[in-house]
Amino acid sequence: MFNVFIQVVRQDLLAAFRHQSAILNPIWFFIIVVTLFPLGLGTDPTLLSRIAPGVIWVAALLAALLSFERLFKDDYIDGSLEQMMLSPYPLAWLVSAKVLAHWLLTSLPILIISPLLAIFLSLQIDAFYALSLTLLIGTPILSLLGAIGVALTVGLRKGGILLSLIMLPLSIPILIFSTMAVEAAASGQDYLGFVLLLAAMLVGAITLAPFAIAAALRVSIS
Amino acid sequence: MLKWLHPYAKAEHSYALAGKLMPWFLILTIPSFLVGIVWGLAFAPADYQQGDSFRIIYIHVPAAMMAMAAYSTMAIAAFVGLVWQVRLAEMAVAATAPIGAVYTFIALFTGAAWGKPMWGAWWVWDARLTSELILLFVYMGIIALYNAFSDKVLAGRAASILTLVGVINLPIIHFSVVWWNTLHQGATITKFEQPSIATEMLIPLLMMIFSFATFLGFMILYRFRNELLQREQHRAWVVKLVQAKQRG
Repeated sequence: MFNVFIQVVRQDLLAAFRHQSAILNPIWFFIIVVTLFPLGLGTDPTLLSRIAPGVIWVAALLAALLSFERLFKDDYIDGSLEQMMLSPYPLAWLVSAKVLAHWLLTSLPILIISPLLAIFLSLQIDAFYALSLTLLIGTPILSLLGAIGVALTVGLRKGGILLSLIMLPLSIPILIFSTMAVEAAASGQDYLGFVLLLAAMLVGAITLAPFAIAAALRVSIS
Repeated sequence: MLKWLHPYAKAEHSYALAGKLMPWFLILTIPSFLVGIVWGLAFAPADYQQGDSFRIIYIHVPAAMMAMAAYSTMAIAAFVGLVWQVRLAEMAVAATAPIGAVYTFIALFTGAAWGKPMWGAWWVWDARLTSELILLFVYMGIIALYNAFSDKVLAGRAASILTLVGVINLPIIHFSVVWWNTLHQGATITKFEQPSIATEMLIPLLMMIFSFATFLGFMILYRFRNELLQREQHRAWVVKLVQAKQRG
């Protein structure tokens, strides 16, 4: 059972490393979106550090949205998704492996380059720690929620904008708690409470979302 | 219970039952609406602080309540549809979503119209307003998803799944918005805290809530019947129904 999990993750990572642009494009998109804000709002450091958490989080949301379409699309087209359903392993389990692989490919790089963007937006070091922590806990929730949306829309021809319609309202709590944590950290307050709330949501998402994803995939493929 | 319900899994029986119930809902709606709205808008005493502009609650509060009630209806129908594979329940989800969205819009619109004289702004990022707005977004997502599928059986199931995901998420959204709001802006705008509402104001309000609720039931049945006819338009019973209409 665990072997299969590793296998699916490994296979997805391998496939992605052979088409590297698919990994790199969302990251560039993320960097460019964050760069646009100082250009549009002016370079006042106090303003930038105030809006930084919101900007980085919204950019991360949009970047995730762009990359989601790839999550099940290729497997849907070449029929491996159907094979997964036919396999003796529970679909929810296999799907969690795919979501994990997707998170490693898209959200982890964003986490890694976030120090650079923190410098762009003149974020303080305390706030930066909080930001990294919220990205680390929050982005997996995004991936799980997004995967539900992708699973619902994978069979449709024009799923792209529909996916954002479905997914963005549901991701609002993550955005709120994350930016509140960073703001609390920036003003020197204790931000552990928000991080714990995010962690609770992550636990909830990990336990419930795979079943929703599997049910949605069954609808899309039948 | 299941045995009693069983015939209604057949579309034509449900169609007939919905048709039989519909007039009763309408009969309950019309008098309570007329009495409630005239009493509320014309005869209920004016609020000592807000004057006459408080009267918008006779539309606003029932609409907001029914926006939530419609979502709960959808959630229950979605659960029944997915767990017991009742196709008709999934149709009810699809039939209810646009009604809920309209109620939500009415609540937002009247809220804005009330906010202008009271708060001095059409829109404030108040926690309730914000979560109501997000509820509208969720409704729109469900409607868009339902319309995107050409196979309506699959569309109903997809919409049901999304409804259930939303029902777990909506309380989280609501609380996050409440905390966000209280921490963000504090008491820049103090809402009117009415300790309790006077009886003369309360009775018409209750009547309006009742009439909005029965109207919601009426609309759900109406759209459910349309949905049924549209989906089963090639079935024998629909064809027979249409022919009977044409003859008579």
